[in-house]
Amino acid sequence: MFSRRKFLQFVAGAGAACGAVSLLPAWARSATEGNFGLPALTGTEFDLTIGKFPVRIDGRMTEAIGVNGSVPAPLIRLREGDEVTLNVTNALAEDTSIHWHGLLVPFHMDGVPGVSFPGIKPGKTFTYRFVVPQNGTYWYHSHSGLQEQLGHYGPIIIEPKGSNSVPYDREYVLMLGDWTFASPHRIFSKLKKNGESLNFQQRTLRDLVNDAARHGLTATLKDRAAWGAMRMSPRDIADVGGATYTYVINGRSTADNFDMMFVPGERVRLRIINAAAMSLFNVRLPGLPMTVVQADGLNVQPLEIDELQIGVAETYDVIVKPAEERTYAFVAESIDRSGQAVATLATRAGARAEEPEMRRVPLLGIKDMGMNHGDMVAGGDMKNGMGHGSMMMSETHGGEARFHSPEANIERGPEVANVAAMPTSRLGEPGVGLENVPHRTLRYADLRSLEPNPDSRQAGRELVVHLTGNMERYTWSFDGVRFSEVDKPIVFHEGERVRLTMINDTMMPHPVHLHGMFFELVNGGENHRPRKHTVVVKPGEKLSVDVSAEHVGDWAFHCHLLYHMHAGMMQVVSVLPASGASAPAGHRPGPGQPSHHPSMEHGDTPHGGTNS
Amino acid sequence: MKTHLRILFLVTAVLAVTQAYGLDTATHEAPPPWSMADRYWGAEKMAPARQAAQAEAGSQKNLFLMADRFEGQLVDNKESLLWDVQGWYGGDLHKLWIKTEGDYDLDADKVEEAELQALWSRAITPYFNGQAGVRYDPEPGSLTHGVVGIHGLAPYWFEVDAAAFVSERGNLTARLEAEYELLLTQRLVLQSRAELELAAQRVTERELGAGVTSLDLGARLRYEIVPEVAPYIGVEWQTALGETADMAEASGADPSRTAFVAGFRLWF
Repeated sequence: MFSRRKFLQFVAGAGAACGAVSLLPAWARSATEGNFGLPALTGTEFDLTIGKFPVRIDGRMTEAIGVNGSVPAPLIRLREGDEVTLNVTNALAEDTSIHWHGLLVPFHMDGVPGVSFPGIKPGKTFTYRFVVPQNGTYWYHSHSGLQEQLGHYGPIIIEPKGSNSVPYDREYVLMLGDWTFASPHRIFSKLKKNGESLNFQQRTLRDLVNDAARHGLTATLKDRAAWGAMRMSPRDIADVGGATYTYVINGRSTADNFDMMFVPGERVRLRIINAAAMSLFNVRLPGLPMTVVQADGLNVQPLEIDELQIGVAETYDVIVKPAEERTYAFVAESIDRSGQAVATLATRAGARAEEPEMRRVPLLGIKDMGMNHGDMVAGGDMKNGMGHGSMMMSETHGGEARFHSPEANIERGPEVANVAAMPTSRLGEPGVGLENVPHRTLRYADLRSLEPNPDSRQAGRELVVHLTGNMERYTWSFDGVRFSEVDKPIVFHEGERVRLTMINDTMMPHPVHLHGMFFELVNGGENHRPRKHTVVVKPGEKLSVDVSAEHVGDWAFHCHLLYHMHAGMMQVVSVLPASGASAPAGHRPGPGQPSHHPSMEHGDTPHGGTNS
Repeated sequence: MKTHLRILFLVTAVLAVTQAYGLDTATHEAPPPWSMADRYWGAEKMAPARQAAQAEAGSQKNLFLMADRFEGQLVDNKESLLWDVQGWYGGDLHKLWIKTEGDYDLDADKVEEAELQALWSRAITPYFNGQAGVRYDPEPGSLTHGVVGIHGLAPYWFEVDAAAFVSERGNLTARLEAEYELLLTQRLVLQSRAELELAAQRVTERELGAGVTSLDLGARLRYEIVPEVAPYIGVEWQTALGETADMAEASGADPSRTAFVAGFRLWF
């Protein structure tokens, strides 16, 4: 008999013999064989080679871009406070990069080509050096082109310096992804030419007949007319859906079955990272409640729920305590419900959970157009003249701040199909499609940081940024200006506390990510507000975060939906040095970071990166 | 005269390409919008990287081609081949837009009608483009027009293309097209289209009277094997109207006809 393990060893041997180690993808080893389903790297010095290689996903051979022959890229385990060196070699024929998502590293180590460094040319090795500034679950990915879509992403787990405040017996990393066998550039060009061609969940004549039978013909026609008049579709939930994507967990589709093992009674920590290019996911384990203990790498007060919606680039660590000897499904369902990826959590190796049936495709509502007539909170009194710094902040549930806020005058135009007339706070909502599920869901309003917030100052000023776009032309931008047309960055000053208010003028949820600093979500949490590196701003939503500008540098600020960023939904936040410290060599170190910084005299950078 | 117009046509086409290419490409002159990383890696390395990063997020150019109608038509046992092809190249706001339409009489083995338009297209509202350029008709009888029009998506999902044409002889005509697509299923689509033509004056050589000259109404049922490839069948009713119809009747022709069509809708 040829056991699975022996077979895999055989394949591995054959692969090595052919000189194609990548023929044994990381996921060919299951978690039950003593690892995460991913190769893991530990220590303080790492060699990472970015290359293109064949992998098998969902039973099909395909070509991926990954690190050290693995898709997802290897798990990097770090220790808080260690000074680490990461030698990244580019074996591709195009430029590449690695961005350490959520890590507060010095900005010239942040890995964004054209913003924080020049990128890594083909055949070159770039050395990242930094002191690991924090602990928790993070991840890393390419910030070049559309490489992320092709598998260039991997998890980071950072052990805390002290004892771990979250006890658990066993842990798994679950990297959610949306694999495509098509070319990402082709997907982008199709979105530009005919965006609807990727959506196979549009309303049809049959829906019209069904709705007329259920709600009456007049009501149905009125509904169709309202959407038609706006030239918008209530089924425009995800730009790219299951017809194009094969949803994966650690690079494995449902058929590939990523399987995890537990012993009844154990506390199992699931580190969930949404590394998809375009897909928000609804995550649940039917029959097993989850306790959220960490969001975006920072511990939160334990919160028991049954389902959560995770935005692209967000991470949630949850503890599950399966008591029974049975098989559980871990389900990551795309928010438009055009597909899902299912992993298995079982008491024996090789088990396969039953895949739950996909739920009904959700519909967007009038609120998603930013036209909630019931809520007048965000009305004109926002503009009543209170000067800079004169604060009368009344932190309500939705966190309305009342002070003078500079705001670009956003007008409708070719690139701005809509300006939300009545944007509202939607922190109390779980996300599209989860409004009416019969169990507990995660809502931003309920998240509380475990530790008190490190900076309790009130914001000195508010800055309003509109998230703008036009689905018909597939243009996306901040304040109506694509990144290609940006001629000045958003400016923060070192040491200042800024309230950043984002207004989503579009009908899409945008997971907005700011490099180099955390968003402190103004969610009514007083000094226990959750701090996040990525915040999903829902359609028609007005959401505020407070930011402490501590680290001088140019930091990327963008929507983490890959094709939105590619279309121009990106800006740079320049944190300028405090006056007096005129023209220092860039970054002023924060706590736990090296105080020495590269001298530029010889272009040699002993403690920074090198590009050889 | 005609040679001049052809030169004008070419010049306009070239200008449109230049517009489509040039105006969407941001020219970033000093000072750079951000430059703190220059201190670490050198301005000479950062400048091209910054330009590439910006260009890669918003100023890409795309090429689109679509044969909305590419079909055989059967009218009273007479067969002809019709094409209605559009394409563009450019960025989000400015595009070079090409349209060509015509029919080829399979029995007579000759091109009955053909036109080619080269337009500069500028996005002017969220859903509409303004377009201007040149139209050249090789058949029937070589003729060149100047074109001004709008193209886009009207409320309730009607795709509209309206254009006015001034011929080299000074005749003003106009064409209004509207299409609506009804999804029977995700892949089975009923496309309805209407096309209305008008003339400001009588155009004898084209057998057009003043006023509304013709109306076409068509319905095509297509099946999208993939969104890019969809065979269809359909029917189109065409009629001359007003003075144009009178002129047709006077010459003994039937002012209306019904065509059965079968073809492919293709794009890439």
